[in-house]
Amino acid sequence: MNTVAPETTTLDIEGMTCASCAAFVEKSLTRTPGVQSALVNYATEKATVQYLPDQASPTTLKEAVVKAGYGVVERAPDTSAADRQAALDEQKARTYQQLKRRFWVAVGLAVVIMPLSMLMLWPALLQRVNMQGLNYILLLLTLPVLLYSGREFYVSAWNGLRHRAANMDTLIAVGTGAAFAYSLAATVVPGFFTSRGLMPEVYYDTTATIIALILLGKVLEQRAKTQTSAAMKSLLGLQAKTARVVRPGGQEIDVPLEQVQLNDVVVVRPGEKVATDGVLLEGASAVDEAMLTGESLPVEKKPGDAVFGATLNTTGSFRFRVTKVGADTMLAQIVKLVEDAQGSRAPIQRLADKVSAIFVPTVVVIALLTFVLWFDLAPVESRLPLALVNFVAVLIIACPCALGLATPTAIMVSTGKGAEHGVLIRSAEALEKAYRVDTVLLDKTGTITRGEPAVTDFIVAPGQDARRVLQLVAAVERQSEHPLAAAVVRYAEAQDAAALPATSFRAVAGHGAAATVESQVVLIGNRRLLQEEGVVLPPELETPAAELLSQAQTVLYVAVAGRAVGVLGVADTVRNTSAAAIRQLQQQGIEVVMMTGDNPQTAAAVAAQVGITRYFAEVLPPDKAAKVQELQAEGRTVAMVGDGINDAPALARADIGLAIGAGTDVAMEAAGITLMRSDLQGVVTAIALSRQTIRVIRQNLFFAFIYNSLGIPVAAGLLYPVFGWLLSPMLAAGAMALSSVSVLTNSLRLRSFRAN
Amino acid sequence: MDTAEIFVTLGGLGLAAFVIWYFFFSARQTAAAASTAGGVQQVAITVKGGYSPEVIEVERGQPVQLSFYRAEENSCSEELLLPDFSIRRELPAFRTTLIELLPQRAGEFEFTCGMGMLRGRLIVK
Repeated sequence: MNTVAPETTTLDIEGMTCASCAAFVEKSLTRTPGVQSALVNYATEKATVQYLPDQASPTTLKEAVVKAGYGVVERAPDTSAADRQAALDEQKARTYQQLKRRFWVAVGLAVVIMPLSMLMLWPALLQRVNMQGLNYILLLLTLPVLLYSGREFYVSAWNGLRHRAANMDTLIAVGTGAAFAYSLAATVVPGFFTSRGLMPEVYYDTTATIIALILLGKVLEQRAKTQTSAAMKSLLGLQAKTARVVRPGGQEIDVPLEQVQLNDVVVVRPGEKVATDGVLLEGASAVDEAMLTGESLPVEKKPGDAVFGATLNTTGSFRFRVTKVGADTMLAQIVKLVEDAQGSRAPIQRLADKVSAIFVPTVVVIALLTFVLWFDLAPVESRLPLALVNFVAVLIIACPCALGLATPTAIMVSTGKGAEHGVLIRSAEALEKAYRVDTVLLDKTGTITRGEPAVTDFIVAPGQDARRVLQLVAAVERQSEHPLAAAVVRYAEAQDAAALPATSFRAVAGHGAAATVESQVVLIGNRRLLQEEGVVLPPELETPAAELLSQAQTVLYVAVAGRAVGVLGVADTVRNTSAAAIRQLQQQGIEVVMMTGDNPQTAAAVAAQVGITRYFAEVLPPDKAAKVQELQAEGRTVAMVGDGINDAPALARADIGLAIGAGTDVAMEAAGITLMRSDLQGVVTAIALSRQTIRVIRQNLFFAFIYNSLGIPVAAGLLYPVFGWLLSPMLAAGAMALSSVSVLTNSLRLRSFRAN
Repeated sequence: MDTAEIFVTLGGLGLAAFVIWYFFFSARQTAAAASTAGGVQQVAITVKGGYSPEVIEVERGQPVQLSFYRAEENSCSEELLLPDFSIRRELPAFRTTLIELLPQRAGEFEFTCGMGMLRGRLIVK
């Protein structure tokens, strides 16, 4: 009995071209001694083999595959996403080079074929040339164009036909194929034509020129296409390649990014990129997060703050603990979100989709009918060439490329551009909805305001040293965990007030706090605290306190050694950018409405400060969605902007939800658009971007539809009875090549989008 | 009408009728996914001028793994789109690209090439 446990390995098989090849490889592996089972998947090109390691080895398995006539690809260990992308890019570059080569061969030969075909236009010259011989020369020159440059069209058309699928290649193949077949017949059996009173005309120039022009279109298209995803590529390229990890012994070593693990400690020196997401442990610096948030000013980071991969450290140096790697990082999530959006379908595209689905077969039918009608109605001596030329022209002009490219290319450029500005669009549908918005509903806290209290005013009684009072107050508040205390400490630190030690700290629930600083009892809290401690508020502090209260601010009173010495006004402050952003939205004809849980007085004060005239006050979190509905009932298309978990229902209810700041995942999940920057400027950018994108898509669709709906009848010869106009198939090919290029170029205009 | 005209007319109309039948009304190749031990529904699809099979049946609620092998270099099929699942993926030529998704509701979902010319359907039952 064999006691060795079987092992399983996966081999990458190369060279299989059909399902029976897979069966062949499988048989060869199964017959190898020691192999217990072998399963070969043709589609994935993988063989999963279970074998006994004492009787078989990866080498013998490989030999078995080679014996069967196939190969095993050696897989490089740990190929990173960047390497795979590089391999993919390399393959694409190779295909592009091949395409260019095929194009230049076609151009080179067409340049010779054209003037030779023109000889027929000079009867004097024609008499000296052997027509038959010339036709054979043209045939020989056209064959490489057909078989080398245009080969892909015929192969693709044939593959498509077998699947009952038709694409632009079908049209080109049938069109040029028909022109070539006719010319071939006229070259080889001219007698057949002359005996029926027809000139044995050839269309080699048409065939060669059409192929050259279509290839020109493809070359230009391929070049433009790579630019549509440039924004995404540059985002991915921002990632650091290595990280300087601190080993347990304190040694610092550079390791590839893929080897960085959770909880590793990473050193970031001035000017370096942050390798991955984490929490700052020691040191401090300002970090440029523009690549993630679109915010151009560097953000100050201190211990405890989150740092993100791919952001750029400025002048300081710090160490951070890794909290996220690979696909969990912020950058990876942004890339994923944008990719998802690029894969989604915009409702505006529905009509184009329906048309594309039936387009090619319909065009083939139109071309056939064109042929029949021209053959039946034209004069007998010219009916066959006329029918043929118009048949080819209809097929060639009706390229559905422009239609297919119109929406996706614009969405690709625009979502990538959005990411550059810190505007993450979840789907093409969200982009389209944002375009129709006429009302923006803003949640006050955390959206218009910073969402955290800050000291706005600090007034001391006459004769008091403000700096000294602030030092004493901050000493007490440093001991407290209350959010208002944190606001006071931040204020004191911003004023560079020296830190003093405090003793005997006690928090008075609901009132404030007290402690002894430099042998004096310092009190800070609300008015009740002062009253309970028997401190009288002098009139010179009474007036400013009343003033602050009238502005809907929270007032903190300070007493030192039993005497009231100052008051502090604390409020949730309006962001610097809010008023300007709201004004810009209003200038775009959008009504801005505010909603808050605060009392009407506070709501009115904030609304007035930022220029909002309509607001809802005292809205409880569960009622936020109802307010959205209320606005929708007025016939408005509402964009809801919010930042917290309690905003999620309202974000989902709105026509389009914009989650502000990458705050909570719940809010992001419910929103169609996420703004990485924590200010309203992102809302302006998102709406402006959506408006510009939809405008571009509409132009694209208009051009694509107009081009095809006008081009086909002209090519069919509808204008011939009236004006005597016919469309040369070569002109049709030129127009076709330009149509998709013009749609792409129009979409690429979005790359120059600037916020504001 | 001379003989040639009659011949061309009948031939043209016949061909047109054939084109309409062939592309719009003829039967399509359907395949049901094979489930693996892990409960993953796997389907191998070859991309060559179209998708074969082009109609795929899967069960709702179970993960689906579609392996697309692109057996051509033609640019028409270089992208795959499954808009209902927000998937846009490049299919490198002569390679297999795995696409994983979880169908949570029943229905028919189309997958197409980047330009919407090549089409297939995922039927979730």
